[in-house]
Amino acid sequence: MMSTESNLVLVGVSHKATPVEIREKLAFNQVKLKASLEHLVRCPEIVENIILSTCNRVEIYARVENSDNGIQLLKDFICDYHALSRGSLDQYFYSYRDNQAIEHLFRVSASLDSMILGEAQILGQVKDAYSTARDLSSTGLVLNQLFEKAFNVAKKVREETGISERGVSISSAAVELAKKIFEDLENHSVMLVGTGEMAELAAKHLISYGVKTVYVASRTYERAASLAQSLNGCALDFESFKEEIYRADIVITSTAAPTFIIHKKMIERAIHKRKNKPIFLIDIAVPRDIAPEVNELENVYLYDIDDLQNVVNANMEERQKEAESAMEIIKQEVTKFNDWFSTLDAVPTIIEMRNRAEEMRKNEVEKALKNLAHLSADDQKIIHQLTQSLINKILHKPTINLKKKTQSKDGHVYLQAIRHLFHLDD
Amino acid sequence: MDKVSFHLSLLSYLVASLSYFIYLAYRGPLVSTLAKWAVTFGLVCQTVTIGIRSSQTGHGPYTTSFEVALFLSWLMVVVYILTEWKYKIRDLGAFVIPLVFVVLLFSAFLSKDTTFVPESEIRFWLTMHRTLSITGYAAFSIAFAAGIMYLIQEHQVKTKKLGIMYFRMPSLEVLDNLNFKVITVGFPLFTLGFMTGSIWNTEMNLPFFSWDITRTLPLVVTWSIYCLIFFGRMAVGLRGKKAAQGAIFGFITVIGTYFLHIL
Repeated sequence: MMSTESNLVLVGVSHKATPVEIREKLAFNQVKLKASLEHLVRCPEIVENIILSTCNRVEIYARVENSDNGIQLLKDFICDYHALSRGSLDQYFYSYRDNQAIEHLFRVSASLDSMILGEAQILGQVKDAYSTARDLSSTGLVLNQLFEKAFNVAKKVREETGISERGVSISSAAVELAKKIFEDLENHSVMLVGTGEMAELAAKHLISYGVKTVYVASRTYERAASLAQSLNGCALDFESFKEEIYRADIVITSTAAPTFIIHKKMIERAIHKRKNKPIFLIDIAVPRDIAPEVNELENVYLYDIDDLQNVVNANMEERQKEAESAMEIIKQEVTKFNDWFSTLDAVPTIIEMRNRAEEMRKNEVEKALKNLAHLSADDQKIIHQLTQSLINKILHKPTINLKKKTQSKDGHVYLQAIRHLFHLDD
Repeated sequence: MDKVSFHLSLLSYLVASLSYFIYLAYRGPLVSTLAKWAVTFGLVCQTVTIGIRSSQTGHGPYTTSFEVALFLSWLMVVVYILTEWKYKIRDLGAFVIPLVFVVLLFSAFLSKDTTFVPESEIRFWLTMHRTLSITGYAAFSIAFAAGIMYLIQEHQVKTKKLGIMYFRMPSLEVLDNLNFKVITVGFPLFTLGFMTGSIWNTEMNLPFFSWDITRTLPLVVTWSIYCLIFFGRMAVGLRGKKAAQGAIFGFITVIGTYFLHIL
């Protein structure tokens, strides 16, 4: 249970229901972001706040005095800040409270709410949003704890599910395959036959994974030379690639040739020259450049554009499945966070504190009464009453003050101090 | 006491095998920890069994068929742990430990009787022969596991059906290298074992190379297979699928040789 004094709310728009024309109008750039956080932190209604603004979502997480008012206030703030009227935008906003808000943040950080499920970028963006807010002191104990927890949850999801394990673009699927054939790409070479845009992209991706040697062959030598230069590779004359192909571990073809330009015989010769070292052929040309029977050769792996697309589709489906196990983890973590959150509530702490005092009182009085056996029942009753009222008097002011203080920004400090001083968490 | 430790090790390897299998599909940190501890505990128990047995017989565990199976499975675990430690191939255990379990389980049904071993120099050559050969076999068992993993992975990449194992298992290059590296260790040991065996024969006043169709021929076949894989790679680039198949076939002949010996 959340205390009524500290409600967690979230107001936002995302790629799921809001078109980009609206999202871009509502986005907070870095300069606006700082000013907004500072503005919100001065609002008496708002105890803590964090603004997350990416190209796919704009969200404000806040701890507010009252949920309903807080949500309205945040919606108004987003519209007013961008000088837009709220009427037309209301349909795009979603708002969540307490548990739902926690769950939403965990889903966002773990990339379950992303356009591309499991992409890694969002976690970095959430971290940035948090650190900006923290630097401006617009966060306090609850949001700090919540966001730190969200990062842990995201890490756990990443480690325990395969949500980001599988490439979901043609070039990342190709890189993955290359890494399953060659492991470390650093000592391997790639040859581009044809200078198609996709081939270039795939080559860049491979280079970013460590491929150092690049050959480029094209019917027009100038194009090969210019692409080779940009990739820090070496250009080949189109006719000579057939003789040089054995040098490459990975070959990417993307020519406009109407028929196959690479045949089984050519690769057979190459693989012989390579002493059977494997060769990975990626044919992203349409019509295809490489005869499909090349794949029949041992230690040769041929993937055309459809094959890669199938891999991507299967990976997408797999990520979807993994998202279900990720949700299990998130549900558990929401419960755990809630348990912690409930300790912040003043009432249970006060009850525990009083119980602890009463327990001590009873023990001590009973011990004393054993040595005072001559006292009558009435006298004993008086001793009980005396000690009880003593405890009440001592705890009266702390109780009142604690109730008051937990409604303020630094209430948690008092709560934690009390819990610590009275050993309530043992 | 040795019975208790024997059964404990058997049970541990069963637990480890199951854990490794589960770990293939479900990457839970608890499962991998359980697998590791079960293997370690199994090895400790098995070491105790071997220690007790050796103190009773007065020589190493390599004379009877029971001892050979016990010693082989123990060395397989040792070589596996060393390989895992060096190459960090997490799923190798799913292919090696079940094999260890089967070998050890099989040994449970063999006669526990002891045989007489002559003293002194003759015993030295026998010890050398059996220890070197069995260590070689243990290395071959790792090549066998790496070969199976290679074939699974190769099949997936080749047929473009990328299942869960594709993502879990290491690359073809890593598996191919592992296959070669363990054979590089195993083959010379096995060869030395072969030679010391012949020396032991002469010490026993038998001919240096006693020819026996059921005993010697399978050994020669086994040796030839590994010789082919070992030198084939360097000479003509015998690697990948053929090397993996060779390692699997080679280990099957090792098992076959063992059976021919105990028959």
